[in-house]
Amino acid sequence: MIEMQSVSKWYGDFKVLTDCTTQVDKGEVVVVCGPSGSGKSTLIKCVNGLEPVQEGRIVVDGAEVTARGAKLTQLRAKIGMVFQHFELYPHMSVRENLCLAQEKVLGRSRKEAESRAETLLTRVGMIDHIAKYPGQLSGGQQQRVAIARALAMDPIAMLFDEPTSALDPEMIKEVLDVMVELARDDGMTMMVVTHEMGFARKVADRVVFMDQGAIVEDRPTQEFFDAPSSERAKDFLSKILHH
Amino acid sequence: MGDFDFAVIVNNLPFLWQGLQLSLLLTFLAVLGGIALGTLLALARLSGIKPLALAAAAYVNLIRSVPLILVIFWFYFLVPLAVGRPIGGFYSALIAFVMFEAAYYSEIMRAGIQSVKKGQVYAGQATGLGYWQIQRYIVLPQAFRNMIPILVTQGIILFQDTSLVFVVSLRDLMTVSSIVARTEGRLVEMYLFAALVYFVICFAGSLFVRRLQVRMAT
Repeated sequence: MIEMQSVSKWYGDFKVLTDCTTQVDKGEVVVVCGPSGSGKSTLIKCVNGLEPVQEGRIVVDGAEVTARGAKLTQLRAKIGMVFQHFELYPHMSVRENLCLAQEKVLGRSRKEAESRAETLLTRVGMIDHIAKYPGQLSGGQQQRVAIARALAMDPIAMLFDEPTSALDPEMIKEVLDVMVELARDDGMTMMVVTHEMGFARKVADRVVFMDQGAIVEDRPTQEFFDAPSSERAKDFLSKILHH
Repeated sequence: MGDFDFAVIVNNLPFLWQGLQLSLLLTFLAVLGGIALGTLLALARLSGIKPLALAAAAYVNLIRSVPLILVIFWFYFLVPLAVGRPIGGFYSALIAFVMFEAAYYSEIMRAGIQSVKKGQVYAGQATGLGYWQIQRYIVLPQAFRNMIPILVTQGIILFQDTSLVFVVSLRDLMTVSSIVARTEGRLVEMYLFAALVYFVICFAGSLFVRRLQVRMAT
């Protein structure tokens, strides 16, 4: 479904990604973790071409993202993305947030779009807030709406870029619950950048560990937690698990 | 001081009202046109397409380095040459104001567009929206809303600047006041009156801006 081959990326002279190779198969959940500044967020933004790469290939559902003249808008419409800071449109109600791209990109009628929006908002437990504006919602509620907004496009895969790191601790669970359900019940293909190791243990098939722009480990979840092979991963896990 | 005659104002009120209407109409149209063209210039500057960005920057910097009165003259004499027939003082003045104000509005809109977080663009892109859709539905509404107080302030300045159209013999409030002042020999009264009208309108405008700012800050 998602394939990355030897992807490298620079910001000016600074190399942010070094020779990254990994893949996410259909129905698989892959968690990407690592210390901050390790390039996780950049890596996931390359998958749908939000960030251009200078070297390597990225293929999503048979289409090459990194090809010259790639039809990025069509490709992005098929991949949902959830951001650290939610990025709901503040000047639109929850309903409008969910309908905009359905109407403008998928060409759905207002009625179809609204009914899809209602179904998904019910699912994430936000239907009662459909007429509200993002500013009236808590962080956790905004993130659930953002997930519904991405799902409204009926994506074939979902990218999560640190979906819980901007949330107050008591709101993390409500967002993770939605994500766990998505992985378990829908068998959604997911690539998740997160520090939530509990989530990783629960639903991830594989864990990709990054450090300084390179993929250091890419292994089945159980193996990664039981016996990380690199010192850096061991160090990272000891810091993140024992507190 | 005993010989003030404010009856001259009352007697010429319809004429003065016509002048004010022209000033307001010119302001209104120039604000609309200036914001529209200014927004396009701002988008061009931020487009990342080098030649386009440079051309827009050159235009904005050129216009901002030239006195408005000169621009009004240019268009008064140049537009008829370009179009092949005279188009009248009003339209040439309107075009001049739109072209001139666009340079200032483009700087305001540029700041407004930059005030919208990059993540908003990412969010739009991630759902498959194209460049113009993202601008139209996501970025510009927010940019515009953030900049409303400054846009209105610029409109107030523009209203004052419309008094310069006397150079192309348009009968705005200022010109009309001068005409009455001279023909009736009542310079002091008329210029006091004109000043008062400009003051009341502009001051009301700035009060409105202050209220907007207070409301937006909460």
